[in-house]
Amino acid sequence: MSLDDLYREVILDHYSHPRNKGSLEGADVTREGANPLCGDEIRIALVLRDGVVQDVRFSGKGCSISQASASMMTERIKGARVEEARRLIAAFKGMMHGDPAQDDLGDLVALAGVRKFPVRVKCATLGWLTLEGALEELAER
Amino acid sequence: MGIPATIREDFPILRQRVNGHPLVYLDSASTSQKPRQVIAALVRYYEEYNANVHRGVYSIAERATAEYEAARAKVARFLGAGGADEIIFTRNVTEALNLVAYAWGRRHVGPGDEILTTEMEHHSNLVPWQLLAQERGARLRHIPFDDRGRLVLDDLDRLLTDRTRLVALVHVSNTFGTINPVAEIARAAHARGALVVVDGAQSTPHRAVDVRAVGADFFGFTGHKMLAPMGIGGLWGRRDLLEAMGPFLGGGEMISDVWLDHAQWNELPWKYEAGTPNVGDAIALGAAVDYLERLGMDAVAAHEREITEYAMERLGEVPGLRILGPGARERGGVVSFAIEGIHPHDVAQVLDTEGVCVRAGHHCTKPLHRKLGIGASVRASFYVYTIKEEIDVLTRALEKTRELFRVAG
Repeated sequence: MSLDDLYREVILDHYSHPRNKGSLEGADVTREGANPLCGDEIRIALVLRDGVVQDVRFSGKGCSISQASASMMTERIKGARVEEARRLIAAFKGMMHGDPAQDDLGDLVALAGVRKFPVRVKCATLGWLTLEGALEELAER
Repeated sequence: MGIPATIREDFPILRQRVNGHPLVYLDSASTSQKPRQVIAALVRYYEEYNANVHRGVYSIAERATAEYEAARAKVARFLGAGGADEIIFTRNVTEALNLVAYAWGRRHVGPGDEILTTEMEHHSNLVPWQLLAQERGARLRHIPFDDRGRLVLDDLDRLLTDRTRLVALVHVSNTFGTINPVAEIARAAHARGALVVVDGAQSTPHRAVDVRAVGADFFGFTGHKMLAPMGIGGLWGRRDLLEAMGPFLGGGEMISDVWLDHAQWNELPWKYEAGTPNVGDAIALGAAVDYLERLGMDAVAAHEREITEYAMERLGEVPGLRILGPGARERGGVVSFAIEGIHPHDVAQVLDTEGVCVRAGHHCTKPLHRKLGIGASVRASFYVYTIKEEIDVLTRALEKTRELFRVAG
């Protein structure tokens, strides 16, 4: 196992310079997620217009993997249609559980190495599962 | 007499390499490694005289019973108990504390009564009292800690009231390492008529403990942090309390006679040991006590103090590293810390690639971490086999971690 598989350049960059971090005024939904075993916490806020993720922010505290993964996720889904966001969630979860990475994951493939470190998979998926919960909450309204 | 330099030869696990590096095990507060003498006692039981206890009339069953009870007597002597019948074997401290909460607490804690714990408790010494308080309508209060992880006793007289039934506190903090002034708190508690329950998970492995001198009424300990296998621990309790209390779990062994509609309880300590006990691990715990007594608990404590002082000095040289808790002289062999800009999980992950095992997380003390305003910390903890060279490896690995994350400083 090599650390380079885990701590890819793009991950460290998102960790030290997170994108779309902060709170969001007038969010349509705000969802919190936590990893009780390690204490990582994340909050995802979304603004949707006509089925498109118009704006997204995340906040929270946690390790480089959880924070970078959430940061990259927000970058990827901003401007995307909800269906596309759902597809990405499924593709990302699949990659974390051993499925071959899909093309549309783009930069997110940098996180594929996490699956070699099983304890850290939950870190990488925390933001995505929280986003999934937020979209479900919206769909149920 | 100190710890012999050859001690590491007794621990087979320490001979291996992990990720291309010698194993540097700095997580003994989670669980200790086991010497071959303890492993041999376990193997001997299963290969030579595995049989159920207190039942068989045949020779190996008699031997199993004798060895099981001999282990109890060793533990009793080791802890300064009034007799072997005051030692109840449980799985661990958690079960010991739950035993007290169930068998004593449900009988003696009522609506409006108070239970006093501290802000630095392990979840195992918080949640059983929360459950008891919820069930009985009692109130929980907490002794606070200061910015160096020491209990603040200025308000103890106010926190202890005529309604306080029980004071539950940790002897040595598993996160700060603080050695708490249990005897002083116990005196104040007893003056108010409250009983004192002590979580001895992190004290019994590392220093000479006399449960009665400490002022405890109940004292929980666990084997796996003191060189024995996981799954064996126990509760010491004052004989008069144990005799007066009701049982914990019902079943075989804990009875003296049974009818279809009622039963009579066995005498101490078996009244609290329902079902087939963990015989092999109890015998191995006896072997662990023998091993520690051969080393001498004062030598164990002195060795750990030396390692802890050295660790705090070396860790203090790492830029951006903040050590939680008190100075080296006020703590056991536990050093938790945070590094500016690097999450504890990332620290532990990088250390692992250098063969270094540390704990990262909240160490089952979430309220403590919440008060500090951090979600998690890194914890290095030491034992009889820890050597200064391992602290050097830790310090170098932390430098490497800082380089990887390009933390300025």
